[in-house]
Parts: sequence; C-alpha cells; structure tokens
Amino acid sequence: MSAVPETAARQPRAWPGAYGDEARPRVGFFTDTSVCIGCKACEVACKEWNRVHDSIQGFSGSSYDNTLALGANTWRHVAFIEQRKPAALDGEAAADSLVQLAARRQLADEAGVETHEGEGIRWLMSSDVCKHCTEAACLDVCPTGALFRTEFGTVVVQEDVCNGCGYCVPACPFGVLDRREGDGRVWKCTLCYDRLRDDQEPACAKACPTDSIQFGELDELRERADARLAELHAAGQGEALLYGADPGDGVGGFGAFFLLLDEPEVYGLPPDPVAATRRIGGVWSAVGAAAAALAAGIAAAFLGGRR
Amino acid sequence: MIVIQGSNMAECHPVGFQWVMEAKLRGAKIIHVDPRFTRTSALADIHVPIRAGTDIAFLGGIVNHILQNDRWFEEYVRHYTNAAVILDEGFEDTEDLDGFFSGWEPDRGQYDNSTWSYAGTGPVAAGGHKEQGAAVSGEQAHGAHGITLERGRPPQEDETMQHPRCVLQVLKRHCSRYTPEMVERICGIPRELFLEVAEALCENSGRERTGAFCYAVGWTQHTVGVQYIRTAAIVQLLLGNMGRPGGGILALRGHANIQGSTDIPTLYNILPGYIPMPHGHSAGSLDAFVRSNAPETGAWGSMKAYLVSMLKAWFGDAATGRDEFGFGWLPRIDGDHSNYATFDRMLDGEVKGFFAVGENPAVGSANGKLHRLALSRLEWLVVRDTTMVETATFWKDSPEIETGELRPEEIATEVFFLPAAAHTEKDGSFTNTQRLLQWHRKAVEPKGDARSDLQWIYDLGRRIRRRLAASNEGRDRGILALTWDYPTQGPHGEPDAEAVLREIGGRRADGTFVARYEELADDGSTSCGSWIHAGICADGVNQAARRKPGGEQSWVAPEWGWAWPANRRILYNRASADAAGRPWSERKRFVWWDERQGRWTGHDAPDFVAEKPPGHRPQGGAKGMEALRGDEPFIVQSDGRGWLFVPTGLMDGPLPTHYEPHESPFPNPLYEQGQNPVRQRFHRRENPYNPTFPDQGWEVFPYVLTSYRLTEHHTAGGMSRSVAYLSELQPELFCEVSPELAAERGLEHGGWATIVTSRTAIEARVLVTDRIRPLRAEGRAVHQVGLPYHWGGRGLVTGDVVNDLFPLALDPNVHIQEAKAATCDIRPGRRPRGPALLALVEGYRRRAQGRGTP
Repeated sequence: MSAVPETAARQPRAWPGAYGDEARPRVGFFTDTSVCIGCKACEVACKEWNRVHDSIQGFSGSSYDNTLALGANTWRHVAFIEQRKPAALDGEAAADSLVQLAARRQLADEAGVETHEGEGIRWLMSSDVCKHCTEAACLDVCPTGALFRTEFGTVVVQEDVCNGCGYCVPACPFGVLDRREGDGRVWKCTLCYDRLRDDQEPACAKACPTDSIQFGELDELRERADARLAELHAAGQGEALLYGADPGDGVGGFGAFFLLLDEPEVYGLPPDPVAATRRIGGVWSAVGAAAAALAAGIAAAFLGGRR
Repeated sequence: MIVIQGSNMAECHPVGFQWVMEAKLRGAKIIHVDPRFTRTSALADIHVPIRAGTDIAFLGGIVNHILQNDRWFEEYVRHYTNAAVILDEGFEDTEDLDGFFSGWEPDRGQYDNSTWSYAGTGPVAAGGHKEQGAAVSGEQAHGAHGITLERGRPPQEDETMQHPRCVLQVLKRHCSRYTPEMVERICGIPRELFLEVAEALCENSGRERTGAFCYAVGWTQHTVGVQYIRTAAIVQLLLGNMGRPGGGILALRGHANIQGSTDIPTLYNILPGYIPMPHGHSAGSLDAFVRSNAPETGAWGSMKAYLVSMLKAWFGDAATGRDEFGFGWLPRIDGDHSNYATFDRMLDGEVKGFFAVGENPAVGSANGKLHRLALSRLEWLVVRDTTMVETATFWKDSPEIETGELRPEEIATEVFFLPAAAHTEKDGSFTNTQRLLQWHRKAVEPKGDARSDLQWIYDLGRRIRRRLAASNEGRDRGILALTWDYPTQGPHGEPDAEAVLREIGGRRADGTFVARYEELADDGSTSCGSWIHAGICADGVNQAARRKPGGEQSWVAPEWGWAWPANRRILYNRASADAAGRPWSERKRFVWWDERQGRWTGHDAPDFVAEKPPGHRPQGGAKGMEALRGDEPFIVQSDGRGWLFVPTGLMDGPLPTHYEPHESPFPNPLYEQGQNPVRQRFHRRENPYNPTFPDQGWEVFPYVLTSYRLTEHHTAGGMSRSVAYLSELQPELFCEVSPELAAERGLEHGGWATIVTSRTAIEARVLVTDRIRPLRAEGRAVHQVGLPYHWGGRGLVTGDVVNDLFPLALDPNVHIQEAKAATCDIRPGRRPRGPALLALVEGYRRRAQGRGTP
C-alpha cells in the first residue's frame, strides 16, 4: 500500500520498552461496521464517561448525522452514508464500491456504453474514533510532552500539560486532533485510559449493543477481524475490507482499526494515511548532506582564499 | 428467520436488536417490511417497502400463498388449531357481504357477534353478552377468554378439514382474493418481492425450522391494529411457529416496562393478570361475575381462585367468604373510560381533575390540540414527571396561546407539578417482551423533592384513608379495608418495593410463598396480588433479581430473572412437541413427554399440566385444566386450540380483512366498504377529519402521512429533549420525503416544509432521501411523508408537535389511535405564525369542502 519503507519493528516508540515491567499488552478497538446499527450509544457513552462538552449544532441535513466529524467535543462519531446500491454495466455484476463504480462510469462514458442504477439502497454506518497509530505523528510533534504513549500502547493527551500550541492538529492524517473553542487545548479519545487502569473496557465498547465496537488486545482483535472478513467474503460480501489492520501501512497500523463495506473515502477516511513525521529522518539526512556540502564549499572557499 | 414488520426494531429497540444481529450471525435471514428504509432495513437481508396501512393485505397474501400451495404444517394445524371446527350456519363472510361480516347492525354501528360461533356451541360469549351494547372495549363486550362450550364437547369437527363450513375452508375462501397481484395493487409491493418473502417464510418453517415475527406500534396504531396481529397469528399457526423456539409473534413494547404496566395494569378495564374489571351493569355476586366472564375450561376455568386470591392480597383479613372476599368493594366501570374517551369528556367539562403520571398527552397523544383544550377545562391537574413537560405548562406556552385560542388569564385549571424519581433512583422491576421480569435496585437517592411513583401513590392512599377514617359510607369500605401497611425505609420513608412484590407473588395460609399459580385456591386460603406472577417470590426469594450468567446455565437461562407464568420462557411450549409428545425434530427440541418419568420435561418449564400424558382424554363434565386433552397446548383458550377463527373477543370480526386507513387516498379494491366499519370516531369540531377517498375533497390531502421514533429520542421527548448529549444528535424536527415528492412540491433539502391536515399545520426541516420512495399502488404513484414525533415546545431542542396532525380515529377493540397512516399535504417554507396559522388550516378545510379555491 505505502511507498514508505518499512521500519524495523512496527512497534510504537516508547512502548513497550520505556515501561519495562509496567508495560501492558497493547490494546485497541476493532470497529466492525457491518453490524453497526447507527444507534450512537458510543457517542453518548463516551461523552457521559469523559464529561465531554455538548455542542448542539442544529439540523445538518447529512442523513442522520448531526455531529458531523470527530473533534474536541466528539471523540466517537457515527457516520451515515446513504447510497444507491452500486450500479452495473450492462451484462456485468454490480460494482463492489462507489470508487469502482465511478471508474466504471467513466469507462462507460468514454465507450458510450449504457449503465443502469442499482435497484436498492444501502445505508452505511460507521463509528469513527482516534486511530491510536503505531507511528503517531501527533505525539512526535508535541513539544510539551502533553501527548504521550501509555503503558497500553495508546496515545493520550494530558489536559494539564497541553499548552494549546496546536502542532499536533495538522500532523494527524485523520483530522482527529482538534482544539476546543474558548479553551485552546486539544481534546481527543483517550481510549478511556482511566477505565483501562481499572481493568474496565472503554465506555463506547461497553455501550455498543451489537458488538460493532470490540475492545481487546490488538493481536487478538486482528485475528478476529481476519476471520470476520473471511466470513463476509465467503457470504458474498466481496466489498468488505479491513482498514488500518495492516502494520505495513503509512502509520504502522492503527490501534483502532475498522472493517468497512466500501472504500475508506466513502466514509470520509483517507485511503492511504501516512504519518507526517515519517519523512523527518529523510529530511535530516538531506539537511546533513546539504550542511556537509556547504561546509565543504566554505572550506574550499577559505582554502581557495589562501591561495 | 425473523420478519420485522410494524417495527423499526434497530432504532426503537436497539438493545433487543442485538439478539437479531446474533441470530443473523448464526445464519438467520432478516426481513424488514416497512414504508421507509430505516436503520433496521439497513441491517436486514431484504427490505420490503409497503404502503402505510396495508399490512393485512400483505399478510393475507402470505396466508393465501400458504393455503393455495399446501405449505401449511398439516399435523400441527390439525391437532393444535381450530382448523377442523365447523362453524355456525348463520356465519357469513365479508367476501359475501361486501366488506361486512354477518351480524352488522347499521343503526348501532356495531356487530351482533352471535353468528361468529362454532356449530353446536352456545352462541353467548363467555363474558358478557349483556354488556355487548355498552361502550366498553372488546374484552368486556365479547368476553376475552373464550367461548362457553355449552353443548357438545368437543365441538363439531371434520378431521379431514374438507367440510365447506370448517374453519380451514372458510379461511381459504376468505383469503383467496389476496393474490400476489392484489398484494401488489394494494401494498405497492412488486409481486416477485412478495413471493420471495412468502417462500422464504415457508421454507423456514416446519419440523426442522421456525420463523418469528417482531412487531411494535407500527402494527397497533391503526383502526384495524388488532386485526394486523391476528393475521400474523394465522400465518404462524398455519406454519407451526407458535410455542416453539425461534418462533412466535413478539410484541416489542413502546418503552421499558410497558409490558409490566399491562400485566399489572394502568388500564381501566382489567385487573391484575387480565381479569376483567367488573361492570356496573352486571354487578352481581362473585360467582355470577366469574360465570359470565370466564369459560369453565382451560386455565381461565380457575378465574375464581385467581380473583379471590387477589382480593385476599388487597383486603387481607377483612376479606372473608361472608362478604365474598370484598368483591363488592371493587370499583365498577360503566362505559368506555379509556384515555381518548376521557379527554373527549374532559373537553365537555365532565372531568374535574386528572393525574398525568409519566405521560405527556400534550405531545404524545393524537390531536394534541384537542388534548390541550381539554386540559384547560379541568379544575385541577396533577403532572408527575422527571422533567417539566408540555402537559404541565400548556396554560402558558402551548401552540394555542400563540394562535389566541387559549388565553392564560382565562384558564382556571390549577396545575400541580410533582417531580418524579427516575428508574435509577428507585427499586423495582422491568418486564420485557418475553414477559421476563428483571429486578433493579436504586443506584442513587432522588434529588430534591423527587419521589418514586410507589412512594407517591402510597402516601396518597394514606392521606385518603385518613380523610375517610370516620366514614360509614359503603363506597369507602374498600379503601378502608385495603392492607395499606408496607414497611418504609431510607431518608424519605420510601415503601419497600420488595414487600409489594411479595404481596403480588402470593402466599399460602401459613404465610409461606406459593410456587405457581396452580396452587391458588378459591376459598380464601391463598393470597396473590396477580395470579400470573404467582411464584415470583417462591421460597421467599426475589426470583426476578436472579442474575446467573448465561454461560453458567442452560441456553434457556431459566435462572436469569423470572418470566410469568411459572418462569416459562416460551408460552404454549407443549406445541414444541407433536401430538404424541415427541419433539418435532432434534433440531427444535424444547419440551417433550418423558414416558419413563411419566411427565413433561425439557429445556423450559413446560406450559402444561406436568403429569398429563399426551393421550389424555377428559371425562365428560370436566372443568378447568382437567377439561383439556393431552394434545391441546393453548391452555388459556377454553378449547386448548390456537384460533385461526376467533369466535369471540373481537369487535370487528372473527377473521382479519383489509380495510383502508380512516384517512386514505385510495379505494378499498376488495369491497365497497372502504374502512373498518366499527372503528371508533369522535365527531366534534375539535376533531375534524380529512376527506377520504372517494369523498369530495380527498385530493386536497393527497399524501400518506406516517409517524415514528428515532433512536436518539424517547417518545414524547420528556426524557431526551432535556439531555444535551441526546438533543445534539437529533436537534430539530424534520420530515423525510423522496426526491420525487421534493421535486413535485418544490421542497428544498435542508430547507423548511409545512405539513397540513384538517387539524393543524406544522413545520419541519426537509430531509430528502432515497430511503423513502414513492410506491405504485392502485396503478398510480403514492408519496409518503415521514415524521418523527419527539418534539414539543420545551427542552433544549424544540419543534412543532407532530401528533397535532393526526385525528382521533381508533381501533375498536383497544382504543388505540391511528397515528401510522393518515393523509396530508406538504408545501415548501415555514408555517404562518399566530392566527394566520388558523387561517391556513381553515383555507384547506374549505377547499376540501368545495367552498374555496386553491
């Protein structure tokens, strides 16, 4: 997927190593959107437990979604996508995804072939959350240490340390990090750090009635997700895919990953997220080379001057 | 296989829906039949769009498919239903009388049901032929609990089920017109889709497989609501899906513990455990009451034991055989005192005072304006709720204040608001759709002056009794004789809810607790507040509080909570075995006859006399449970059979048949008679009806209107519009319309629309969506307008009251409003304010009457 070269370990920096004996198995979420009923119990449970501010924004007209995106006051967000079922070219099976569909339409237009709209409709629902990336750029750019990697391998903002500089906001490839108006500090999902320390699962997973949000040790969740994906594929849902389950992706895999029924773009998720800080190593070597060249030039100039 | 119809289960019962998802993961097929594509449809395998108000035609089509293609479970039907019973010669069907059953009395607007009976049995319904003319509901009017088999037992039957007057043949003829073509014509469902569903249901029924129906108020809130459920009952009996695991018809109740408040009722016409309320017209002795309200056979044959035990629980030592255990102290009803009839009288100034407890009729009842006007005629009103709801503040901020129809300074109603404790602030139980009671304990003390309903009613009773203490009036004897002495506890003197539970659960003469209802006696030696709950405190243990995890017991989980009656998890489970008592299949094994032990056994508590062998044949003259054979599983019916044909108990017919909603833009293609002839109407200025097809002016209201709920809010909004975390999720009232309707009426997505009926006009934001689609019915397109009804004038988020649009037109059996199908117009833009709103609606009414121009 990614053009970025593999790093050696695919483990978060500062975990488990920095914790020594106190390190706990890395935990996360597997959000299986194929069983999400869009009840938003996760949004409410998250806010109740974490005392997140409410923000009544009014009717959005965006299907049943009136909170619209993850942000300082929305740490779990349920997206609603209404679709006509993917259309098909004459004589062909329906497209698996809207992206595929768009490509086919273009093809059809160019070739002057008839297409026909799918009969039914689809209503996709998906509960989004901070991905708790293996390589978390937000954490790398934080100058105060407010963002840190916990003993569970999760990424948490310490509200009493954050100075509101906002460097992390553009660093996040998902737009998760957000400064709260009138406060200035950054707020996001903590994966219920306080609950984890009490051996409780996060509030959203606890509230989810259909187990669309599953909490657990990341390794086990990935196995579960592979099995579920195979099950759906066997049942003819070829469009199902895992998003963020691959440690080889641009952020080293998500701590909170997803099973989607369409391409990530359809859900408003980046198809190929990359940690912005990944290239910093490369940048520094270029800077080093340039500095060396400059130094050589200066030395040459001086040396030349002596001549 | 699970058919969800008349219910948006994923949205309105998300917690229960987890089990549907669990079934789906195990391979069950989920079918959702609904006018809209909802969150339930999104998770279903098949969504079947249906025109609101036409479910009987759809289900009737399934019955016809089953019968025409011999897909019925022959052995089950022959043994366990009344299919073979021969009907009275006088019975005539709607198919012969153009939409009426025999016995129609046009002058009274009612049926005389004497011809709806079995040949050779008495025509008189158990229950009150005498009361038939009274304006009470079906249960009183026709007898709820089965016919008296006066002559001939068993009734005349044709084992071959070929006799032209036997139930199966009558049913076959009755449903023969519900062909796939007719279903398509009435419901707007393509015939191929209909056949796919019908076949799927047949394929998933029989010995090896079962299918279930789930419904909610999408079925009940119609002028033929009870008959919707009847049609499903016929489908399930024909397919052998009753009394078996994975089968049944599941009534998803409106909100938590509605089931509990029906079992121990807040209804005017029944006592705890569905014993009818005595009627003033038939005020006689205890024995006379039992004789005329219960059949002698089946579980209701012991009604006297249930009633006497209830009286002993209420009146204690004061209840003795000398004064019929206080039967004469019970209040009597003298007519229809259901909710809407009461408001109708309130509007006429005939009701002085009213308690609204956990109810918000100013928002939650059909035709809200009529209700708010009625409240203004009261002398006093008590509102008990967790938040200040619109019913408590109608006098200062209702829509009628804005229009000038009401003026605060002219309203004499004295309003008392009493803050109520929430369920987290009190002990008690919830009863779910499976009749499962789960006890919950108080988590925190209620804040401020808030108190539990239990404490409030207990205090009210104590105060009334103090005021009456010196009274010698006969009418006060019952109140003074009550055992009103529950122990209290905690800082507020809260009565002990478990003490009430123990009274309900029943005791023997020695004070020990009864284990099951069969122990109850009619001689005053047992007490039991509700016979169906007998045994809930067996061994002195609060059985409803049991919480043994599912993984530590059998898959039926009998030790989690307690289900009435007798902790039976599936009613009529004797039907899970064949006539000889063997499981229909290994796969669906549930309850069976153990020959070696000489008793019924299985995974569940058998819903049958434990030692009665399958081959048992009763002696002549046997009564009660003794009178039922060993192969008659439906033990609360007087004949032990599932009723395909209902000879008694219903006001509007022994078989279901399709009628159009009270307000409809379509004719009834089956009969000249368009609507249910005995639907309950209120003809008064405050309750105007839209003209219905083909009456003059019907086209002024050309669209079908339906109302519903969203996951994010709770019913009339009192518990959710006050919570920011919920309010932000659905902050404004919106209407759902198709792109086609939006184009036809110039509605803009995200903009405003005004929805108009003869009652009023309201405004809503516009959500244009493919999820609500025009259907083709009767050869033309029909547009449907969908409105969630949660908003009102108070709370963090406010909006117009959707129920103000609906008329009072009720089901005749249970007096429920038709809020799932009416007609309306829709136009772009916001509604006018103040008196201009009245002018707009008046303009529509005049046009409908042919007196105005558009």
